[in-house]
Amino acid sequence: MTASTITSQKPSVNIFSKIWAWLKKVPPVYPIFLVIFIFLGFLNPKGYQTMNGIMTYLRPASPLAVLAIGEMFVLALGGFDLSIGAIVTFCVIASSKFLANDPANMVPNILILLGLGVLVGLINGFVVSFLKVPSFITTLGMMMVVRGAALYYVGGAPKGYLTDNFRMFGRNYIMDVPFFSRIPYSFIVLIILATFAYIIFHRTNWGRQILAIGDNVRAAGLSGVKLKLVRMMTFVFCSVFAVLGGIMVGGYGGVNVTIGEGMELQAIAACVIGGVMLGGGKGSVLNVVFGAFTLQAIVNLLNQLGLPKPYTDAVQGLIIIGVVAYSALSTMKKR
Amino acid sequence: MATTSPSDNWFKRMSRSSKIPPVYIFLIIIFLFTGILDQINSDGQMFTNPAIMLNIIVRSVALGIVAVGQTFVLLGASIDLSVAYTISITAVMSSYIMQGNNSNVPVALLGVFAIGIVIGLVNGLIITKLRVNPFIATLGVSLVIKGVINATFSNYTGSVPQAFEWFGYGTLGPIPVSIIILLLVVTIGWFILARTKFGAHLYGVGGNSEVARLSGVRTDRVLIGAHVLCSVTAVLSGIFLVSLMRSGAPWVGPNGVYDLNSIATAVIGGTALSGGKGGVWGTLAGVLIFGVLATAFNQLGVNPYMKNILQGVIIILAVASYTVRSKKEAA
Repeated sequence: MTASTITSQKPSVNIFSKIWAWLKKVPPVYPIFLVIFIFLGFLNPKGYQTMNGIMTYLRPASPLAVLAIGEMFVLALGGFDLSIGAIVTFCVIASSKFLANDPANMVPNILILLGLGVLVGLINGFVVSFLKVPSFITTLGMMMVVRGAALYYVGGAPKGYLTDNFRMFGRNYIMDVPFFSRIPYSFIVLIILATFAYIIFHRTNWGRQILAIGDNVRAAGLSGVKLKLVRMMTFVFCSVFAVLGGIMVGGYGGVNVTIGEGMELQAIAACVIGGVMLGGGKGSVLNVVFGAFTLQAIVNLLNQLGLPKPYTDAVQGLIIIGVVAYSALSTMKKR
Repeated sequence: MATTSPSDNWFKRMSRSSKIPPVYIFLIIIFLFTGILDQINSDGQMFTNPAIMLNIIVRSVALGIVAVGQTFVLLGASIDLSVAYTISITAVMSSYIMQGNNSNVPVALLGVFAIGIVIGLVNGLIITKLRVNPFIATLGVSLVIKGVINATFSNYTGSVPQAFEWFGYGTLGPIPVSIIILLLVVTIGWFILARTKFGAHLYGVGGNSEVARLSGVRTDRVLIGAHVLCSVTAVLSGIFLVSLMRSGAPWVGPNGVYDLNSIATAVIGGTALSGGKGGVWGTLAGVLIFGVLATAFNQLGVNPYMKNILQGVIIILAVASYTVRSKKEAA
């Protein structure tokens, strides 16, 4: 009798413990995101519980997610890329001159920007790999070079505006989509780029080699990873994603000399919220995308609460520390 | 003795035995190179005018003081991105409390040092107890300070009394007080690192935290101490800057990019970002390289945006000049 009740109870306990075990495996970024987003929904049901509102929220969140994905590749490698904010600035103010207010220049402009992105990434990778300069310093120097070059090129102030077809990627929506009501271009770009990055990072040798280098450079080198090649490709990847993100940021924000300032730090914060370890060896594209969404949700939440800008900074700082401390402590307990 | 191979010339042996960081050679090269350019293209005062030579150092004082603190933190394998806004809050608070009145000076100094110590403690505690990565922890703290300052002050606030400007403008004989302060800070920094238990522990924690802990070092306390020292140097920098500007403004710190520049100068000086290696004398050289560049750009009338580009390139080259021979992979 007693034995049968025990056996009959056991499966249900197992199911609960299985669910609990599965829940414990969920990276902390998802519960954090959900909590913040649901809270936003209570504050402003129209803005965050309708498809229309969610799409409005996704429009600025997507460029940040693209920047964060690129940054994650470098962080997973064990490096830093501080130059992406300057690359964003470069994209916006160099385009303001190069487009020359003519929509026909859109495609060549984007191609040139991508080419410059590849160049910046190659130089970053070269300096880190061959001159052995730590990437923090390399990309810090590159940040000054890229920002200086952009301002030098336009002579200190933006020339002209960004044409509408260039701004499309960051600003426009595809209207009248069933169920979603409307979808911002930037979100579609994000989905394409994130899928691409996901395949590279989680399904190819290159991705595994990045993680291997981030985990233990020496071991990776001894087991035949071409360290210099992988590192250079990764920096190029990051710079190219920064250019793509920069094009969307420019589309959303318009011409502004300080538009990219601090974006490298935001991208790094988004990565860390998404569970990336600074120092390398860990990373996940999907988690980082949600890290960026969380960061954007925090910003929106603070705006929603009607706090003046300075307080927003302060509270954002506190929340970032809190979120990272929560995920750091919760991953520590699991060990 | 075993390390001297036949290929080593006397110069290499000398520089190795004297323990002068190799970055000083780079400093001399930069100085000579820009000086010669100055001779050719401008009035050539960099070599002939002692006032300009002194000016190179005076320009470096604010950055130099905080870079010493940053060196401490980097040696412990940590990082401090909050120094820029710590400088700002010091500058603003001290001039706000002083209001141009001599009798308020002690209160103001006590107040800003207390703020600095609290910021350092908070940084250290978040990093050691909450296990937040130092980059994110100090970035967050810097956002908090930024918010607090910008919410309270929006422009120049208060002023410092005339006597207080002595720090920025006074001279002892022919030597500006500011230079003496800088040298004093560097010497104290050197003394702490090379001659005290705390210094030895800090190198240990930065080199390998786990080994240090197992050998009985209270690693958390050491790291918190380093962060408090770093914030205190940021406060000193802020005090120096406010005495120079006569009134504090909230943008002093971020405008000078003291966070990233102090890290850059420390690394140029040979301090490893991964911790455990380096020292304050190298940092001083890194700071002086920045000073030489600023002065030379001024002398040569370089386009302000070109300045940015050149500075970035030179930072990379300066670090590359000693890392290029290392066999270890950089990250």
